[in-house]
Amino acid sequence: MSHWIILPILLPLAAAVLLLAGTPLGLSFKRRVGLAATVLLLPVALKLLAIASGGDVQVYALGDWPAPVGIVLMLDRLSAMMLVLTSVLALASLLYAVSGSDALGRNFHALFQLQLMGINGAFLTGDIFNLFVFFEILLLASYGLLMHGGGAPRARAGLAYVVLNLIGSSVFLVGLGLLYGTLGTLNMADMALQVRLAPADDIPLIRTAATLLLVVFGLKAAMLPLFFWLPRAYGAASAPVAALFAIMTKVGIYAIVRTYNLGFSPEAEALAGITEPWLLPLALLTLALGAFGALAAQRLVTLAAYLVIVSIGTLLAVLSQFDQGATAAALYYLPHSTFATAALFLLADQIARRRAAGDGLYPASPMQRELVPGVLFFVAAMAVAGMPPLSGFLGKMMMLQSVRALDGAAWIWGTVLVSSLLGVLALARAGSLLFWKTEGAAPPASDARLCGRGEAAGLFVLIAAPVLMALFAGPLSDFTQDVAAQLHAPYDYVYDVLGAPAAVLYGPEGK
Amino acid sequence: MEALIALAVGVLTACSVYLVLRPRTFSVVLGLTLMTYAVNLFLFVSGRLTLHGPPLIIEGIEVHTDPLPQALVLTAIVISFGMTAFLVVLALKGYADLGNDHVDGESREREDRK
Repeated sequence: MSHWIILPILLPLAAAVLLLAGTPLGLSFKRRVGLAATVLLLPVALKLLAIASGGDVQVYALGDWPAPVGIVLMLDRLSAMMLVLTSVLALASLLYAVSGSDALGRNFHALFQLQLMGINGAFLTGDIFNLFVFFEILLLASYGLLMHGGGAPRARAGLAYVVLNLIGSSVFLVGLGLLYGTLGTLNMADMALQVRLAPADDIPLIRTAATLLLVVFGLKAAMLPLFFWLPRAYGAASAPVAALFAIMTKVGIYAIVRTYNLGFSPEAEALAGITEPWLLPLALLTLALGAFGALAAQRLVTLAAYLVIVSIGTLLAVLSQFDQGATAAALYYLPHSTFATAALFLLADQIARRRAAGDGLYPASPMQRELVPGVLFFVAAMAVAGMPPLSGFLGKMMMLQSVRALDGAAWIWGTVLVSSLLGVLALARAGSLLFWKTEGAAPPASDARLCGRGEAAGLFVLIAAPVLMALFAGPLSDFTQDVAAQLHAPYDYVYDVLGAPAAVLYGPEGK
Repeated sequence: MEALIALAVGVLTACSVYLVLRPRTFSVVLGLTLMTYAVNLFLFVSGRLTLHGPPLIIEGIEVHTDPLPQALVLTAIVISFGMTAFLVVLALKGYADLGNDHVDGESREREDRK
């Protein structure tokens, strides 16, 4: 048992405590501590990735109480991959924030670290009640971060976001109560086992609980009909916060992938048909409505927020197939879409700063020094829309390829391709309105520095990521194949978490 | 007793849903509070109802109650308490920033005239 596993939770926690205690020491102290903790997170995540890629599920028993009595952290390839993704995204957002937008409120850095702690914890926990607890940590921090900077639009968006998520938490708890009442366990590997041993009378209750959890995770992932909070919340957040929030919806997707592959593993016949009637149609509708929203957006940030919804719809449609190849392809697309949409949020901030009309999508006087943001917008738009040669294209192609032989193929192909076209149209419209369709005289050029060094660095990381992901697509997609293979073998989780006797109860390896 | 508890959870949930759907923030906050009461009660009884059973293993005692839901509900109470406090502050801030206490931040003239 290696102690590395708990570091992604402890490191941000320690940093947050230090930041809160050091409030009188001023902003430069906070920036240093925040940056140091976030930079350190990256090697930790990479080390965990190296540990996890061995293929065994690593279990960290807190207080050395064995599962299922004690609480465990669980590290597999998927959680390691999500940790690396989080740490890169966090570093980019924080680099962007330290150029000035962190000074708008007092405790930005502490909230940022607590948010990271919540996200990392959600990826690492092996127990569904702690998934709830880490969700609450990341949500509470996100409430603060969303309101960072203050102002009426944020207050309005924040209230709806908080109320909706509190209702979501209540539904989550009801689901957990039902699960504990019927299965007698909240450890996800043990759940996979207990579902198979459950008496027939309890099955309807377990199915109810599984459906309730799908509703909650759908809310976190912004799946139709629960996505209406997202454009307003993300549109109101400050740029680095919106960029970091690009991972939050992916936490919902991670929770769906994790619970429905392990706890409610599709291998258990008692739970057959819970997600099938809902997940694919809802995902496709999410995708379609997201694309229409993108076309109708009046601001670049709203457009980016709708493109987040499009990526969620695409991912859920492919993941809803619960097919190993499809999961592998979707897991290649997931980091790509996170980076690309985050880059778009940061770019929207840069563009708004250079334009008299902000990021509003209507003709206005020409932008100051538009060459660099123009080129970056072009690259980011290509990445988000899924045009070759960037990783968005490869990801979409792999996903479409992987679902070709499956039942829902025609629907997925049709909706993904049409909505991609709509996405390209929306981005082309935005680009031409922002950069070409100008009216009136250019404002007098000022020498003021428009883009801080940190901002440039953060943007560079996010723009470079889709390019690098396309360059190293071979090894990366091999890795996501391994991730999916591990996910689709719940027997290994039961064996590694609960030990050999429980694995015998679970049934023969494979099916 | 099962019927009584089930009724309590049901009534609390019904009232909370009604209140959460009201247009002003104060009733929404009250509704969410009632909802957490309902959920906490539900979570508490997920270990089944047991009378006169300690959650500890003591010699000579045969009937035990399940300690885990108590631990779970304690966590849930702490979290929901913190969230409610935060929501109250947020609602006040919204009232200060937006000038009205409607959940969507826009007061409706028709209603104001009444």
